[in-house]
Amino acid sequence: MKYKVMIGLEMHCEISETKTKAFSSAKNDYSEYPNASIRPVDMAFPGTLPTVNKEAVRMGLMMSMILGCTQPEYLYFERKNYYYPDLPKGFQITQETKPAPIGSFGEFTYELNGEKKKIRINNLHLEEDAASSDHYPSGTRINYNRAGVPLLELVTEPDFRSADEAVAFLEAIRSIYQYTGISEADSKKGQVRCDVNVSLMDASLDDSDPKNWGTKVEMKNVNSFGGVRDAINYEIKRQTELLDAGKGDEIVQETRRWDEESSSTISMREKVDAIDYKYFVEPNIPKFKIPKEWLLEIKKSIPTLPYERKEKYINEYGITDYDATIIIKDKKVSDFYDECINLHADPKLASNWVTTNLLGNLNKLELEFDEITLTPKMLKDLIDLVNSKEISSKQAKEVFEDILTSGKTPQEVVKEKGMKQMSDEGEIIKIANEVLDENPDVILKYKNGRNNVIDWLTGQIMKKTRGQANPTIARSTMIKEIEKR
Amino acid sequence: MAYMDKSIEEIHEALVKGKVTSSELIKEALEKSHEVQDKCNAFVTIIDDAKETPVTDEFLSGIPYGIKDNYSTKGILSTGSSNTLKDYVPFFTATAIENLTKKGAVAVNKTALDEFGMGGTGTTCHTGIVTNPWDHTRMCAGSSAGSAAAVASGVYPYATGSDTGDSIRKPAAYCGIVGYKPTYGMISRYGLFPFASSLDHCGALTRSVKDAAIVVDGMKGIDKYDMTSWDSSDINLYSSIDGNVGGKKLCYIKEICDINNYPNADEELKMHLANFMDTIEKCRKLGMEVTEESVSQKLLNALPSVYVVISCAEATSNMSNLTGFIFGPRAEGEKWDESLKNYRTKGFSPLIKRRFVIGSYVLQAQNKDRYFHNAQRVRRLLVDTWNKLYEKYDAVILPVGTGPAKKLEGSKDILDQNTAILEEHLQIGNFGGFPSITIPNGFINDLPVGVNITGKCYDDVNVLNIAYALESVMNYKGQVAKGAK
Repeated sequence: MKYKVMIGLEMHCEISETKTKAFSSAKNDYSEYPNASIRPVDMAFPGTLPTVNKEAVRMGLMMSMILGCTQPEYLYFERKNYYYPDLPKGFQITQETKPAPIGSFGEFTYELNGEKKKIRINNLHLEEDAASSDHYPSGTRINYNRAGVPLLELVTEPDFRSADEAVAFLEAIRSIYQYTGISEADSKKGQVRCDVNVSLMDASLDDSDPKNWGTKVEMKNVNSFGGVRDAINYEIKRQTELLDAGKGDEIVQETRRWDEESSSTISMREKVDAIDYKYFVEPNIPKFKIPKEWLLEIKKSIPTLPYERKEKYINEYGITDYDATIIIKDKKVSDFYDECINLHADPKLASNWVTTNLLGNLNKLELEFDEITLTPKMLKDLIDLVNSKEISSKQAKEVFEDILTSGKTPQEVVKEKGMKQMSDEGEIIKIANEVLDENPDVILKYKNGRNNVIDWLTGQIMKKTRGQANPTIARSTMIKEIEKR
Repeated sequence: MAYMDKSIEEIHEALVKGKVTSSELIKEALEKSHEVQDKCNAFVTIIDDAKETPVTDEFLSGIPYGIKDNYSTKGILSTGSSNTLKDYVPFFTATAIENLTKKGAVAVNKTALDEFGMGGTGTTCHTGIVTNPWDHTRMCAGSSAGSAAAVASGVYPYATGSDTGDSIRKPAAYCGIVGYKPTYGMISRYGLFPFASSLDHCGALTRSVKDAAIVVDGMKGIDKYDMTSWDSSDINLYSSIDGNVGGKKLCYIKEICDINNYPNADEELKMHLANFMDTIEKCRKLGMEVTEESVSQKLLNALPSVYVVISCAEATSNMSNLTGFIFGPRAEGEKWDESLKNYRTKGFSPLIKRRFVIGSYVLQAQNKDRYFHNAQRVRRLLVDTWNKLYEKYDAVILPVGTGPAKKLEGSKDILDQNTAILEEHLQIGNFGGFPSITIPNGFINDLPVGVNITGKCYDDVNVLNIAYALESVMNYKGQVAKGAK
């Protein structure tokens, strides 16, 4: 390609795991009922004042550390002033780059198809969300539940070269939010929203010189990672076509909107710097010196992160990179797997069960992880039942599908379905001889060198035992018995 | 027998001894309220159904008082004297008022102010002009005009005020009473309609220094809803007043007080400054050392602009919540922005709109450093200069304004350049958050004038003590306006 693509991201993620909002004592919960989690300050009633949620600051500082950012000596907040119906105060409490936000200038490594990639972080800042507008045929309703919910905005340098890189980064960050217990980071709940900027430059020029960069086009409020991928690819295509046609001057600095329905970007407004937000330091929040000891405490409390778990899975448990990648993607799945290992399940077997059967069934049945009744203990017991040859692996799959959502234990299902595997050789010898007695013609075929009839004969044992016979034992017994004839 | 023109201590004693009941006091205060409403137009609301409270050990129990109408009061109209909130009945009460209520104080009216505290004349209230009880052709100054007029008229012993530039201390001087704003953060601002958050103070208007101490003792306290509030539970202002000021050191500023600075001085100004020097002599007789100090004229000259820039910038942001969407009378409009524009255009007085324009202008990206940041730098210089003075002196003593209350006719709320610093120097108390009190110190042409004492932060007791000692050697303590023209 003759163009070099430069992509930068702004990832907004709601902090969902604090008890209260960013600057208000209202509950920070995802309520189905409109305007159920609000205090007077969330609707900006006259005389209300913001109060900083220390827990949100702690989480912000932790994320800042994980991203390799510098933490400020003093914590400040600023007002971003603009009018919009979903912004009750007429300003958003946020952090600009001056004074320093909760995180500045970091570097983060993520992986794409097994290859490690580095990305520079410009800054991470803590701010509050706006209310949400719900559109009805009769008009728009404003729901203030979201007003004041803490939000971390992560701004990267334009270091991504493809949509795949951008999405791999977003997925890595999302799982960190989940692993650290900062956020569910659930796009379906609108907790993650991205702004994407894309520019194309002549690949032969030096990309360290901003003069050579192409015109930057920003796309606002892309609400899913799939959307981010599509929007970037659409925009690369659009800009490439314009450049190829010699119409480079038609690429203007502007804000475009990603439209899911038409799978295209639509121009919203030209010149991104058209709005002057009149930032100034929020006078109602005194500047706060961040104690060194607190930072150390936060640093120590950072839990094992997804890529660290992945390394452990591969190096200590010996599972494949591919499986490890799948397991760590969702913290809940990874936690489930870890618990199985804690219960001394075989790591490789457990990995197979989780990646193939668990995730496969969730996908097939369109279930959320939270909807299953299967516990790590149940999976461990199921693996044990197979290992001790009490049930066959084929039966185990059937049991698994049952216990996934039934709330029953594997032992209960095995009992209920009369599934016990027949491993008693004496019993199997008896049945093998029954089968041979009923099929003298097949014995003849065997004697004439048709060895493949063993499979059919073993099948007859399985049939007579309704699948309960251990297939390996059934086969070896059959060979022994037919040889005796 | 009337009680409302007496001191809190006297009224409390009468209540405790059973000479009068709370309900009799309320009846008297309400009757006087209606009288004063006819003469001075001091109130937005008279609470005719105010209920008596039990008499306890608390000085304030059972005693009526007035609340400036920019304090949020649950279930009682709270307008900020603005058409934008002309029907606004809050569902929560300001912390300072809540604290007074806990002590048994009985609110009998809500007093008029310059719209949202943004004026110094008492002429921009949505209910009309407040007139001075000493002379109804004159102003009370503002913005706590209604509170000053009512206390000076003997409606009750005290009313709450708020002070962003001099809004308690100037009207107190013009009305011959005491006006006290304690150190920034001693009283919570939660529930006070904001004007400029970094300058706004709550405080009290009374007829004696001890009453001011009692009232602020009742209002103060750390508040989880105001991060700028601090714990003053170890401070009892009232019981700390002992009148012992021997050896205390005061200073006044030559550039402000010397009559030679004002070649065009009128008779009133000459008398006012001469009277001030008499007061200085009284201080010396009390055993205090008083020194004339010199401060950079250039720095002082910047004071009014610094105030305008900072207060207007914060105000324009603070009042962006007034849109008519959530509260206030919603305006007509095809779209939300049209409705917002109509509400704000019709609701605010021209004076306020002028300040919003200034505030927006100084915050614009291209102007911010030149105006807003420079204003903050000069604010810091002024505060540092005063803090230097406090290294040598217990307090700074200065005359309030250029003389007695100004005539209503011809008043424009626009400063005379020659005497601007004399009119505006009280703003330094807001820049630094200093404790500052105005007490009456004489009469010029039968109209009261005042003197101000300002000390260093957290040194409220010292400031009150000096004011108390000085008050004791003058004849204006407890005075009530009588026989106004």
